[in-house]
Amino acid sequence: MMITTKRIKVIVAKLGLDGHDRGAKVVARALKDAGMEVVYTGLRQTPEQIVKAALQEDADVIGISILSGAHLELIPKVIEIMRQNGLNDVGLIVGGVIPPDDIKKLKDMGVDEVFLPGSSLKEIVEKVKKVARQKRGIDVE
Amino acid sequence: MLNNNLPKLIEEALNGNELAIARLLTKIEYMTDEGISALGALSKRSGNAHVIGITGIPGAGKSTLIGGLIQEYVSRGHRVGVIVIDPSSPYTMGSFMGNRLRFQDKTMLKNVFVRSIGSRGYLGGISAEALMLTEALDGLGYDKIIIETVGAGQTDTEVEQSVHTILVVTIPGAGDDIQALKAGIMEIGDIYVLNKTDRPDAELTFNTLKFAIDSSEISYRDGWKPLIVKAVAIKNEGISEIVNKIEDHLNYLKQKELFKKRIIDRRAKIVELIARRKIDEIISEIVKKNYNTIINEDITEAVPKVIHNVKELLR
Repeated sequence: MMITTKRIKVIVAKLGLDGHDRGAKVVARALKDAGMEVVYTGLRQTPEQIVKAALQEDADVIGISILSGAHLELIPKVIEIMRQNGLNDVGLIVGGVIPPDDIKKLKDMGVDEVFLPGSSLKEIVEKVKKVARQKRGIDVE
Repeated sequence: MLNNNLPKLIEEALNGNELAIARLLTKIEYMTDEGISALGALSKRSGNAHVIGITGIPGAGKSTLIGGLIQEYVSRGHRVGVIVIDPSSPYTMGSFMGNRLRFQDKTMLKNVFVRSIGSRGYLGGISAEALMLTEALDGLGYDKIIIETVGAGQTDTEVEQSVHTILVVTIPGAGDDIQALKAGIMEIGDIYVLNKTDRPDAELTFNTLKFAIDSSEISYRDGWKPLIVKAVAIKNEGISEIVNKIEDHLNYLKQKELFKKRIIDRRAKIVELIARRKIDEIISEIVKKNYNTIINEDITEAVPKVIHNVKELLR
């Protein structure tokens, strides 16, 4: 693999008032081990901060972990700010305790994938690659 | 939607469109043909930025300190570009980048642009990519550029020569006077920041540092006697004093006519590093392609053949 081969860049962020970051860190680590460049932005991020990071870092995918139950409040804000900033081709993935009824709502808003507790790391890695391919045309072996 | 045509993208970036800047930097970072041509265009406008390198052991507080520097420089009316480097895995080239999170709030300030990059095979110090992004941000009008290195003591001193002011961040308890006398990190700093001085053994470490600097007269870089500043970055203590000292160093460099020289050195280094990177990749490719022949050959036969193939390909 060439050093100048484009790598998938992912923002992993904790959105809103939620201090549980173990899951997000485990996912970030798995993405790193799969050869991606992962910018971890840490806890209690606002939608504005997350989109700013994705914008300046030229991320291919944003991965948001949210366990507070505020996903239907905050994810639409993230999507709106992404659009305002022209990030229409950036993937958006949400993971956390999401009630089954909300999965469709999130996907209808524009979320590319939703992961629930119990998702395997392998599955998450594959889906991130898929989203990066669909949204940004990045093909990794 | 952003226009992806290169001249248009450069124009948008020069207008301060962050999306255009970000996409341009990616092209440059990966050394694509478009990226190198964009770098060439931006390089014509660069040469004004003061470049500050920050190094020191992991956990010394470099990223937190950068947050303070960003705030201080923005309040003094500067446009600040920040490049933070974290290690890439030698196995997968993957990277976990956890620098930005230390100053996420500061990235929301106007006139601040922060980019994280993986070290991609460089063990320490500043990589080719970081120098290229520096050149680009300089051309885009960022007049203070801060580069945070991986956090290793042994650095490519040639590359460090492309940076105007080097800050070495250390902390109480990071080593006794014997450590301070060793070669490497204690030789490269223009300014030493003793961070976390709210710790009990701060005074001892300060004296150790002072002794190491006072006794190193013959190795002062550019004849500048390194300074030591105490700080508690997380509480914003000592930040404005550090910035004052950085500015003193900048004035010294200008006086000695070293400001432009560093920029010229940087450009030469970029050319060297891009060329080396491209040739390295050609070599790797040739070895991979001829793997089965190479393993059955004597090393003394194989090496000239590979070199011959490289020359053929470059012709």
